[in-house]
Amino acid sequence: MKHTIIGFAILALILTMSQAVQSSNNIGQNKARNKEEVEVIISDKPFDKMMAVLLHKRCVNCHPDGDIPLQGEDSHLHHFDIERGPNDHGLAGYTCETCHSTENNIFSGVPGAPHWALAPRSMAWEGKSRVEIAQQMMDPARNGGRSPKEIEKHLTEHELVLWAWDPGVDAEGIEREKPPVSKEDFIEAVKQWIADGAIIPDK
Amino acid sequence: MKISFKINKEERLVDVDGNTPLLWVIRDILHLKGTKFGCGKAACGACTIHVDGKAVRSCSMPIKMVAEKKITTIEGLSDGKLLHPVQEAWKKEVVPQCGYCQPGFIMATAAMLDKIPNPTDEDIDQNIINVCRCGTYYRMRKAIHLAASLMDKDEQ
Repeated sequence: MKHTIIGFAILALILTMSQAVQSSNNIGQNKARNKEEVEVIISDKPFDKMMAVLLHKRCVNCHPDGDIPLQGEDSHLHHFDIERGPNDHGLAGYTCETCHSTENNIFSGVPGAPHWALAPRSMAWEGKSRVEIAQQMMDPARNGGRSPKEIEKHLTEHELVLWAWDPGVDAEGIEREKPPVSKEDFIEAVKQWIADGAIIPDK
Repeated sequence: MKISFKINKEERLVDVDGNTPLLWVIRDILHLKGTKFGCGKAACGACTIHVDGKAVRSCSMPIKMVAEKKITTIEGLSDGKLLHPVQEAWKKEVVPQCGYCQPGFIMATAAMLDKIPNPTDEDIDQNIINVCRCGTYYRMRKAIHLAASLMDKDEQ
């Protein structure tokens, strides 16, 4: 009997340790993937409001640091070995449009919006701070040659950007999370920040 | 909602809810049973067809999106009595086991070869991302290379 109790105790210890190792590995993987877990500040300042949206997974998932899109609420690497391809629209045999159409699909849970694609590599946001993202976004060498007014138009009018507030449901019918600032407040904040000279704070 | 399109070179008109998945229309209304339902969330590729020559997951494509477009299913891939080179290669390499996922693989392969006529193993790995539970991938790889060479001969 004594041996049996000791045996159970050892077994329980081994199981607990193996679960702890597995758990810590999972956390490690998630952290490695969720590099966008950078400081998000929500305040009444236009810059803070704008960046709280741009740092959200609905934006960062398509601005990855690499050639594989991110997906889901945990920003995991896109399933099925999906790759960026030469034009940010996938590869020759399958493009983004093979699965994503111009609107969310309520049956399959596949999200969709016009111009569904990855942001170019020069516009990778994953893992960057809000100041680094803002600098990159306003740098014509890295933002596709856009002027501040063109950036404003992109952020406030582009259908793919505005999809973030209409992200639909996933394959289980669960609603995707929206950014922490309303679409109207975001648009107002972007316009105000650019009208005020698009000043990027030190941090 | 009335939607007209061309499927396998034939004009068709259907009157359905615009959000009906294309796969439902193909199988249940047009009775073309070669295209298969697998996962229903654009993951496995069993329902792959061509819309205007591009591979599309028909389970995740609302019918309203294909108005006035050209659709090709496995039934329309061959040209009359001659099998498409991909189908010919599939036969010669005896690729299928249970066969359920194969129409989707064949359509995905035909779409890839249209853009990449002589794919490397890496091209195949990257572009053919369908799922086969029987694990016929090795025979498929051989068949895809064979199909590429058959298509090359056809062009000469």
